[in-house]
Amino acid sequence: MELTLEGLRDTARGAAVLGTGGGGDPYIGRLLVEQELKAGHRVEIIGVDELPDEALVLPSAMMGAPTVFVEKLPSGEGGRAALTALERRLGRRASATMPIECGGINSMMPLLLGAQLGLPIVDADGMGRAFPELQMETFNVYGVPGTPMSIAGDHGDTAIIETDDNVRMEWLARGLTIRMGGAAYICDYPMDAATVRRTAIPGTLSLCRTIGRALREARERHEDPFAALTATLADTIYTYGAVLFRGKVVDVERRTIEGFARGQVTLEGFDGGGTLVITFQNEHLVARLDGQVRAIVPDLICTLDSETAEPVTTESLRYGQRITVYTISTPPIMRSPAALAVFGPSAFGLTDPYVPVETLG
Amino acid sequence: MTRIERTLRIGIDVGGTNTDAVLMDGTAVLAEVKTSTTDDVTSGIVAALRGLASAREFAPGQIQAVMIGTTHFTNAIVEASRLTETAVIRLALPATRALPPMVDWPDRLRLAIGDHGYLCHGGHEFDGRVIAPIDPEEIKKVAADLHAKGVRSVAISSVFSPVSAEFEQLAADVLRAELPEVHISLSHEIGRIGLLERENATIINACLRDLADGIVDAFGTALQTVGIDAPLFLSQNDGTLMDVEYTRRYPVATFASGPTNSMRGAAFLSGLADCAVVDIGGTTTDVGVLARGFPRESATEVDLGGVRSNFRMPDVLSVGIGGGSRVRGTAVGPDSVGYELTRRALVFGGDTLTATDLAVAGGLAEIGDPGLVAHLDRSAVRATLARIARDVAEIVDRMRTSAAPLPVVVVGGGSILLPDELPGFPDVRRPDHFAVANAIGAAIAQVGGEVDRIFAIGVLTREEVLEHAKAEALDKAVAAGARPESAQIVEVDEVPIAYLPGNAVRIRVKAVGELEVARA
Repeated sequence: MELTLEGLRDTARGAAVLGTGGGGDPYIGRLLVEQELKAGHRVEIIGVDELPDEALVLPSAMMGAPTVFVEKLPSGEGGRAALTALERRLGRRASATMPIECGGINSMMPLLLGAQLGLPIVDADGMGRAFPELQMETFNVYGVPGTPMSIAGDHGDTAIIETDDNVRMEWLARGLTIRMGGAAYICDYPMDAATVRRTAIPGTLSLCRTIGRALREARERHEDPFAALTATLADTIYTYGAVLFRGKVVDVERRTIEGFARGQVTLEGFDGGGTLVITFQNEHLVARLDGQVRAIVPDLICTLDSETAEPVTTESLRYGQRITVYTISTPPIMRSPAALAVFGPSAFGLTDPYVPVETLG
Repeated sequence: MTRIERTLRIGIDVGGTNTDAVLMDGTAVLAEVKTSTTDDVTSGIVAALRGLASAREFAPGQIQAVMIGTTHFTNAIVEASRLTETAVIRLALPATRALPPMVDWPDRLRLAIGDHGYLCHGGHEFDGRVIAPIDPEEIKKVAADLHAKGVRSVAISSVFSPVSAEFEQLAADVLRAELPEVHISLSHEIGRIGLLERENATIINACLRDLADGIVDAFGTALQTVGIDAPLFLSQNDGTLMDVEYTRRYPVATFASGPTNSMRGAAFLSGLADCAVVDIGGTTTDVGVLARGFPRESATEVDLGGVRSNFRMPDVLSVGIGGGSRVRGTAVGPDSVGYELTRRALVFGGDTLTATDLAVAGGLAEIGDPGLVAHLDRSAVRATLARIARDVAEIVDRMRTSAAPLPVVVVGGGSILLPDELPGFPDVRRPDHFAVANAIGAAIAQVGGEVDRIFAIGVLTREEVLEHAKAEALDKAVAAGARPESAQIVEVDEVPIAYLPGNAVRIRVKAVGELEVARA
C-alpha cells in the first residue's frame, strides 16, 4: 500500500497517541517524510505476509534525546548510513525495513529510509507503543538477537555492536549515541521475514494511521473523538480502548534520574470523580485511581487533551490542563510471561502485578 | 518661573480598529481617548495625541516618555505584505540537510520574502562540541550571491546556538565585512532550543527590519508634529519595553504585545501582581494569568501566519463570548455583531438579540433603552447570564497555576456581561478606566532581560551556574534601558534535560527594572 500525504499525517497523529506520553513528537519525522513524498519518492507499506520466509528485514529507528533531535535536525543520511553498514556486515541486502517502535517519532524513521532507498516498510513493530530501551522489544522476548546492530551519526560515522546480550546492546548503543551528539540512527534485530511473522506485533503502522484518521474525521464532523477511538480500536488486535478518567491536572512532579524523565502527574476528576495519579518514566507506566491500579504497563495509558484529543506528552503536562486519560489494551503477544518480564511492571521497578486493563474497568 | 517637571507618560495602543491613548501622571490616569486607527501611521498617532491634549491640557515638555504598543508587525506577517526580501543562512552541515530553512512555511509567505535559504557548515552539539568548523570562505560566497541578488536582510541560525553563539557571531562578522549595509538577525538573540521554531522567528524578525525603520520613523514624526521631544519606547510581548534602536533590530518582539498590555494594565488598575485577567471585547473573551505582574508565557509552539515558532508570547486562552455575541435560545456566540452593536442590539433599537441585551435585561448594566428588553423572559435571561459566567470561570480555572485563591480582574467593554462573582472565584474586580487597560499597560511597562540556555553542571556547581545566569539577565535588563539599582530577578526556571548526561539543565532567568529616563 502506498502512503499518501494525508495518510502520513494521520499516521503521525496516531503514533503520537501510541507514544503514551513519550516517544518524541513525530513532527520532525513527519516533515522529513513529507519532503520525500513531495520530491516524488514513494513510501510503500507491506503486510508481514508479503515477503518470502528468507527475505532479510532490517528494522530502523532513531535513538537518543528528542530534545536534541528538535535542535540538531537530521542530515537525512544517518538512517541510510546505518542500514548500509549493517548490510555490509551481514553481506546481504535488505528486502525491507520496519519500525522497532510504532509510538512517537520512531514510527516515521523507517518511512523516511524506505522512501530514500525505495525499500518497502513492513507493517509491524516490536514495541506496539513507545518504550525507552532497545531490549524492550517483542523481538528480544521471543529470542531474536539484537546484534549485529549498526549505529550512525550525522557525519556518516558508523559502528557495529556485537554482543550476545540485548540489554548490553542497549547500554553500549546509549554510550555511542551520546558520543554522536545525543541523537543517532540505528538498525538492530536483523532477521528474516519468517522471524518477523513469529515475533513482531503485526499491523501497527496501519493502526497508527487508523487512529489518526479516526481522530481527524471525528474532529471534522464535530463528533466525540474518544468514542471514535473506541469504535476504531474494536476492529484491531488491540480490541479494547476506553476513557479511564476525565479530570484536571492538579500537580506535576518530574525529575531526571539516570537519564530518564521520571515523575508523576495527579489529576482531579470532575464532579467528585476521585484522584488519578499516573507514574511515568518517559512514557506512562501506571495509573492509580484513589490508590487502586486501573491500568499498568505494557497496556497503554494515553493522556489526551479533553477537547481536541491531541496527545499531551509528559514534558508538556502542566497544572490546569483538562486531560482525558484513555487506556488501550495490548495484544496477547505483549502479555505473555516472557513479554512481561521484559517490559511489564517489574522491568520498571514496579511491585504491582500486571492485570489486563480491560478487567480493571 | 518654575521649572517644568517631566512627570507625565503617554501610553498608546495601536490596534487593528482602534487606537487608544492615555495620559498618566505617576499612577493617576489624567485623560483617555479612543480614536480610529489610520492607514497612514503618523496621522493616527497625531490624532490620538491631540485627543489627549484636548481632554487634558499639558505642555509637551512635561512628557517624560511615550510608550506605544502596535499590531503593525503582526499584521504585516499575517497579510504577507510590506516585508523585506530576506536570506537565511543556517550553520549546521552536515546536520539538518534534510530539512532546509522555511521547509514548513506557507508558500505565500516564503515567496513574499524571496525564498533564499543557504545551508553552510557549522553548528554545535548539545554539550558545546563543534559539529563542523565554520568556513569563512563559504560565508563570503553566500555574501557575493546576496550582493548579486540585492538581498538586504539576513537571518543567521546555528545548531545549538543557545548553548554556543560563537558561530552565529562569526558569520555575522564575515557578512558585515562583505556587506556593511545588510541587516543581520541572529537566532540566539531571538529564540530558544528548537532549531526550526527559533530560525522561523529569526526570519520573521529579519523580514520586518525595513518596516520597523518605517514605523519607528513614522512614530517619531508624529511626536515631532505635536512638539513632544520625549523618548519613545515600544511594548514587547512579555510586558517590557524596548527603545527605538532595539525595535529597529528586533521588531518580532512586538508580537502579541496587545493582550500583554491589556493584562498588565488590568493588574496596574487593580493593584494586583498575581491575578487572572479577563478581557472581554465585542467578539471574544481573552483570559491570561499574571505572575508577579507579568503575563505567564506560552510553553507551546505558537503558530504565526502559518509559521511555527517559539518566541515569547503570553499564554492566552480565548472563547467566542463578547458584548456583541448573538444569542439564539440558550446559545451565546461565537458570532458577533461586532462594531454594529450600537445599531443592531435590541437596547439600541435594533433587531438582534445580543449578550449586551441580556446584561441590560438582567440588571448588570444600564445601556441604551432598558424598556426595549423588558419583554425578555427573566428566568431565561438569568440562566443564560449564569452560563456565560460559568463558561468564563471555567476558562479562568483552566489558566490558574496553583490551587491557591486567585483574584480575577475584568476589563474591556464587554465586561458588563459578568456578575460581581464568578463560580469558584469570589474575588472579581472591575477597575476604573477598564476600557483603555491596554494603553495603560503600555504606559506602565518596565524593561527586562532574559537568559534561556542549556548549562552543563559539573565544572561549575549548580549555584554558580544559577548566579552566572542571573547576572547575565540583570546585565541584559540594564542594556535594554533599566535603571541598574531597580533591576531585579523576577523568574527562575530550571528544567533538567532528559536523556542527556553530565547533568545538563535548561535555565531560564528573567530580570526587569524601571525604565531609566533622562530627566530634564
